Amino acid sequence: MEISSSLVLNAIVAGLLLGGFYAAMAAGVSISFGMLDVTNIAHPAFIILGSYIAYIVNTWWGWDPIVISIVLSPLFYLLGLVLYRIYYYAFERKGQQSLRSLAFFFGILFITEVVLILIFGVDYRLVKSVYTETTWQVGEVDLPLRLVVPFIVSMIMIFGLNWFLSHTFFGRAVLAVAQDQFALRLMGVDPIKIKERAFGLSIAIAGVAGAFLIVIQPVQPSIGRDFIGLVFAICVLGGMGSIKGALAGALILGLAESFTATFFGPSWAPAVSFGLLLLAVAFKPSGLFGR
Amino acid sequence: MHKKMSNKLFIPLVLGVAVLFALLSVAVPNDYFFSAAYTVLLFIILSTAWNILGGYTGYVNFGTAAFFAMGAYSTVVLYKLTPGMPLLLKIVIGTVVAGLVGLGTGALTLRLRGVFFSIATLALSVVVFTFVVNWDYVGGARGAYVIAPRDVPFGFKRYIHFLYVVMVFLSATAVIIARAIETSTIGRGLEAIRDDELAAECCGVPTLRLKLLSTTLSGALMGMAGTTYPYFVSYVEPASTFNLSYAVNSIAMPLIGGMTTWVGPLLGAVLLGTVQQVVQVTISSAWNLLIVGVLLVLFVTLAPEGLMGLWYGWRKKWKEKGGAK
Amino acid sequence: MSDTNELLMVKGVVKRFGGFTALDGVDLNLKAGERLGLIGPNGSGKSTLVNCICGTLFNDEGSVKFEGHEISREPAHKRIRRGLARSFQLPKPFSSMSVAENLCVPILYAANARPGAHHATPAQAYEQAMEILKKVGLAHKGHEMSGGLTQVDMRKLELARAIAAKPKLLISDEAMAGLSNSEVDEILELLFLMKEQGIAVIMIEHIMRAVMRFSERVAVLVAGRKIADGDPEAVMRNPEVERAYLGE
Repeated sequence: MEISSSLVLNAIVAGLLLGGFYAAMAAGVSISFGMLDVTNIAHPAFIILGSYIAYIVNTWWGWDPIVISIVLSPLFYLLGLVLYRIYYYAFERKGQQSLRSLAFFFGILFITEVVLILIFGVDYRLVKSVYTETTWQVGEVDLPLRLVVPFIVSMIMIFGLNWFLSHTFFGRAVLAVAQDQFALRLMGVDPIKIKERAFGLSIAIAGVAGAFLIVIQPVQPSIGRDFIGLVFAICVLGGMGSIKGALAGALILGLAESFTATFFGPSWAPAVSFGLLLLAVAFKPSGLFGR
Repeated sequence: MHKKMSNKLFIPLVLGVAVLFALLSVAVPNDYFFSAAYTVLLFIILSTAWNILGGYTGYVNFGTAAFFAMGAYSTVVLYKLTPGMPLLLKIVIGTVVAGLVGLGTGALTLRLRGVFFSIATLALSVVVFTFVVNWDYVGGARGAYVIAPRDVPFGFKRYIHFLYVVMVFLSATAVIIARAIETSTIGRGLEAIRDDELAAECCGVPTLRLKLLSTTLSGALMGMAGTTYPYFVSYVEPASTFNLSYAVNSIAMPLIGGMTTWVGPLLGAVLLGTVQQVVQVTISSAWNLLIVGVLLVLFVTLAPEGLMGLWYGWRKKWKEKGGAK
Repeated sequence: MSDTNELLMVKGVVKRFGGFTALDGVDLNLKAGERLGLIGPNGSGKSTLVNCICGTLFNDEGSVKFEGHEISREPAHKRIRRGLARSFQLPKPFSSMSVAENLCVPILYAANARPGAHHATPAQAYEQAMEILKKVGLAHKGHEMSGGLTQVDMRKLELARAIAAKPKLLISDEAMAGLSNSEVDEILELLFLMKEQGIAVIMIEHIMRAVMRFSERVAVLVAGRKIADGDPEAVMRNPEVERAYLGE
């Protein structure tokens, strides 16, 4: 296969656009796993749920899927609150986190997938909006709008989230709860409420990312699992609870996948994100007795 | 501490039970029984294997499907390479291959926190799946055919009878190994790691070494479960071999049965496995999976000690009531 | 002074956490059977030093020698098998096991590994565990789950578990914190048992009367540095030590 500059350029652009979207998928995990230390491996399930809800509303009423997801994000937020409450009462309070909470979230992931299969079947679903069919041409580079629009909205969301976490009281309380719960309590803030809301936020972001996903590619219930490695790899690569780090990790991953798909074929792409995850996890500097 | 049956007694007992079950292959006329039994026995091995790393050591492995598939695909490769190789040898080789991968995964990730190990096992599933899908020798995504030999070994009437008996003895092996670990010094060390890894290390337990042992053994036994699978289904393709139901079941069955002893996984596999066989036939396989998932979540939140845990709890209450009188 | 006299030789140990230096060149020696009290204000690095000696942390610079062997790069379990043992400030029982079963772990893994040791089976280990529990006054709780013990019993279990490893050196990390007077005495009794068996002890405590009663020697750690080391009375009268505790 000839390696033309146009091919490389397109791979780079596609990788960056994809990476921007991946950041939206992983930002929630940076919060739940990186900051709150909750290993929510069911995070992709909520992304897929967001995709399907966007699909339903888009198919019945024709609204734009991304707009739908933003409007409906409070519902996901509430879902996150409820889920955290259950997690907290069943596991965190008793200090039995690791094994049982992992099994719990795995169960949730699984149930979500099976319920979606029961309702929608295993066929791929797509959405249609004004921009999903259009592709801009800038020189040799293809800019499919179905990649560009989610990228832009995602970037707004990521930078907005980053600003929110560093400049509002709630945001800084979330960062604080990751470091020193006791000090937070002394300030009269209930760390449990903070964690609950932060978790709700992470699920709300997942829902919106779900809309991005179904704009970018067709969706079916089982693909959630493929993204587990992706979102956790990005979180780990990005240094755990850092949104900016997650963005950097996401861009790296997007580029890696794009190049793999272009030069080795798309069937190898899932192995890239998981392979990177294995490496990131294996060579993480902090060992067993520290974070 | 109640006296435990010595292994010298336990092993012949289990083998005796196995022989009884094996004899059923002559007594039962209905072929469907053997298919269903094969599946339940498969889950007995997978649950018991999973529990060595999960229940005994405290590390959650989500990649059961990867190890299972490695056993299965190792058989496929050997079937193509050396068609004349006896099944028993294929089983041994598949078990060793899966064990080595378990060792490798462990070596990469066990120095880190438990959650990273678990996430890595998820990754492992996808990576192995992707390799298999792209590997033409075993048929890639299209799959491969494995035809059972026409002459059934040991004079059984049908090949499924032979497979059934093999699985009965493999299950017995898995249970014997699990119990041997559980009652040995190694078992104490694994329990200590599960309860508090740092304290275990400071009591002289070589935590890394034991964890690697646990991962290797667990992976090997899971692979062992998969080695006869190609002959059971005749057509081996990645989507069904890497089915998520293996991962969910191998976690749900020990959890529901009880993770602290060898009895729990066996109990969970028999109960849940039988229920699934019934539901699959009467309703559908999707509902089947939903039931497993819901049971998993319910048990892990409300009764994490599993059925055995509930049983021990009730027994303790009866004893206390009896003592108070 | 010959090395072979010293059971433990800590020389120039430095430990940093990012930009913060927790231990800044600490020296500490201990002879077989000696009883050393290690005191110092909170955050002075006592626990970090214990971690570096036992192997739950690795020191950045300096050396740690046990019976003449350099152990600073060995994993914790190897050091325990040589004859080091420690209790944890916040007790870490194996909560799914009974009290006696807790002791089986160090018996099977530490004591068993000593050269010339008789290899106990799990059943024999259980019997040995009950023997040790009798000595420390926990035999009646032997069958109980270790998760639901009282504070003082938890501390006793911590120490009993360390004793079960048949150590030559035991480090007791604030075993008496938060206990009542009589409970402190119970723990002290336990530690004096060590003296009878010829086990060297490093006692880290804030409860001064216990330190003074128990120690043959006292060392003081302040801000990662050792500022005093010697006879207990003399050390307590040291003006620098007074200043460290009472401020300028």
